[in-house]
Amino acid sequence: MGRKLLLDKAHIEGIRYFDVYRKNGGYAAAEKALKSMSPDQVTEEVKKSGMRGRGGAGFPTGMKWSFLAKPEGVPCYLVCNADESEPGTFKDRYLMEFLPHLLIEGLLISSYALGANTTYIYIRGEYAWIPDILEEAIAEAHKNGFLGKNILGTGFDLEIYVQRGAGAYICGEETALIESLEGKRGTPRIKPPFPAVKGLYQCPTVVNNVETLAAIVPIINIGGDEYVKYGIGKSAGTKLISACGNINKPGVYEIEMNISVEEFIYSDEYCGGIPNGKRLKACIPGGSSVPIVPANLLLTTAKGEKRMMTYESLNDGGFATGTMMGSGGFIVLDEDQCVVRHTLSLARFYHHESCGQCSPCREGTGWMEKVLKNIEHGKGKMSDIDLLWDIQRKIEGNTICPLGDAAAWPVAAAIRHFRDEFEWHVLNPDEAQRRNFGLAHYADPLPVAAAV
Amino acid sequence: MAVQFSEEKLNKVKEIIARYPAGKQKSALIPVLHLAQESFGGWLSADTMDYVAGLLQIEPIEVYEVATFYSMFNLQPVGKYLFEVCQTGPCMLNGSDDIIHYIKEKLGIKVGETTPDGLFTLKTVECLGACGYAPMMQLGKFYKEHLTKEKVDQIIADCRAQANN
Repeated sequence: MGRKLLLDKAHIEGIRYFDVYRKNGGYAAAEKALKSMSPDQVTEEVKKSGMRGRGGAGFPTGMKWSFLAKPEGVPCYLVCNADESEPGTFKDRYLMEFLPHLLIEGLLISSYALGANTTYIYIRGEYAWIPDILEEAIAEAHKNGFLGKNILGTGFDLEIYVQRGAGAYICGEETALIESLEGKRGTPRIKPPFPAVKGLYQCPTVVNNVETLAAIVPIINIGGDEYVKYGIGKSAGTKLISACGNINKPGVYEIEMNISVEEFIYSDEYCGGIPNGKRLKACIPGGSSVPIVPANLLLTTAKGEKRMMTYESLNDGGFATGTMMGSGGFIVLDEDQCVVRHTLSLARFYHHESCGQCSPCREGTGWMEKVLKNIEHGKGKMSDIDLLWDIQRKIEGNTICPLGDAAAWPVAAAIRHFRDEFEWHVLNPDEAQRRNFGLAHYADPLPVAAAV
Repeated sequence: MAVQFSEEKLNKVKEIIARYPAGKQKSALIPVLHLAQESFGGWLSADTMDYVAGLLQIEPIEVYEVATFYSMFNLQPVGKYLFEVCQTGPCMLNGSDDIIHYIKEKLGIKVGETTPDGLFTLKTVECLGACGYAPMMQLGKFYKEHLTKEKVDQIIADCRAQANN
């Protein structure tokens, strides 16, 4: 069994409630931080832990905190990004539904480290029942002296508010989130200035993902030096992976970042293999924006090494042969899935979610969807494949925010690795309406019987 | 009927505005629009949006901008039960297309339409963060997950029974 730091107590009956959480060691890290550490010491501990932001970009959290400007007389804010909208990702939802106090405790410690007295949790609007859970936990924390004025007699004050979004993927981008929190359309801002200097209400602001903030609790409990011993190298600690698609046991798993992708997919501790004895065709391991890779490159790097569930190993080979850890939204495609159809589905998603601010993304995402629709429905031309490649190239890097890249990469990777499947659709339009291309040469190198 | 929140809802609006620094009451816009949509028939009419603008002391255009940007705000009337079925990648891999097709047949409506009795509206939506429990849909405040045809039948029957009560 892999070691756990976040979900180790998730199975305890009633852990959602303050008393049970407290009885099981909850808020010990908050007491430790507020009573025996200075804010800078907390930040130092987070730096030492080597933890990288769990929202998708993987930027070291301690470093992000140290960028926060602290001008005199200006409040600063911590904003918890609970907008979780990346297809394949549903881990933050799990944390908030089942361990709300872990997040509240993480927010308390982080706000203390940053000197923020007001913190907002911006949660996607569709998670409409979760604000009730969070607000109940916040009220309990208040009642027990862990929120409000003069927390634990330390003189530190903190209020946490929950804000619902209203359906916009783009609001997961931190400056769009801030705009939305200010009551505007979620259009990303031009950076610089970065939120650390001018964020919410033009005040210094740190925006962190739910899982990142929850992980602050074990970091303070065990210390940064101990935390960094989990995982491998720069992939320090544990990571929540939300596994979905064609697997036997979809769900949220906490992994120590030292297991192989093969183990994650086939072991009974995690995904439990592919249903109905089917074979693995492809996988998007880090949420829909990261490159799709065929089975052979998923399980083994181009260098022939075992691919591990770490930031570095998943990225090994760059985009030519690798992919990314991203948000940990692990989407598995079995041999019967059609890569063209799946790519079309994702292209439609990005078209729908483009905020419309930058032309390459606003126009390009819709264009890609149209071209992919033609190919999928037997009306494609060979030149369409090159056209798709050309469009995605012109979106990538040419937009204010990373949604452009996020829309370009899935299309690029699908063509890069599955070009013959696209060509087959063009050459066999009728047959492509009746059946899928199948596994072809992207053979799962594991015999099915050897799985597990 | 003039658009007007109840006393209780007006207190809720005050409570929401108090979460933000003085003068930043525009931050309350999205929460208050949610409250308005719940209170006034599941959609936002121009009158409703103007009313919200007045409450928050902002221009009506600022409300229209926001209401038209976010997919959860309905700018047209919808049925009593709004089926929002996810069709993005992971749900698609698990048969969301079949579920959407089945609901269309069962209710005799296309995506975006409302049944003549005003009970059901069918919408397709993009990823709702329930990928591991696919296929799924949002129904009001909650998610209906691991959908099958039988489950859809049950949901529709339950809605009908509830509407008749």
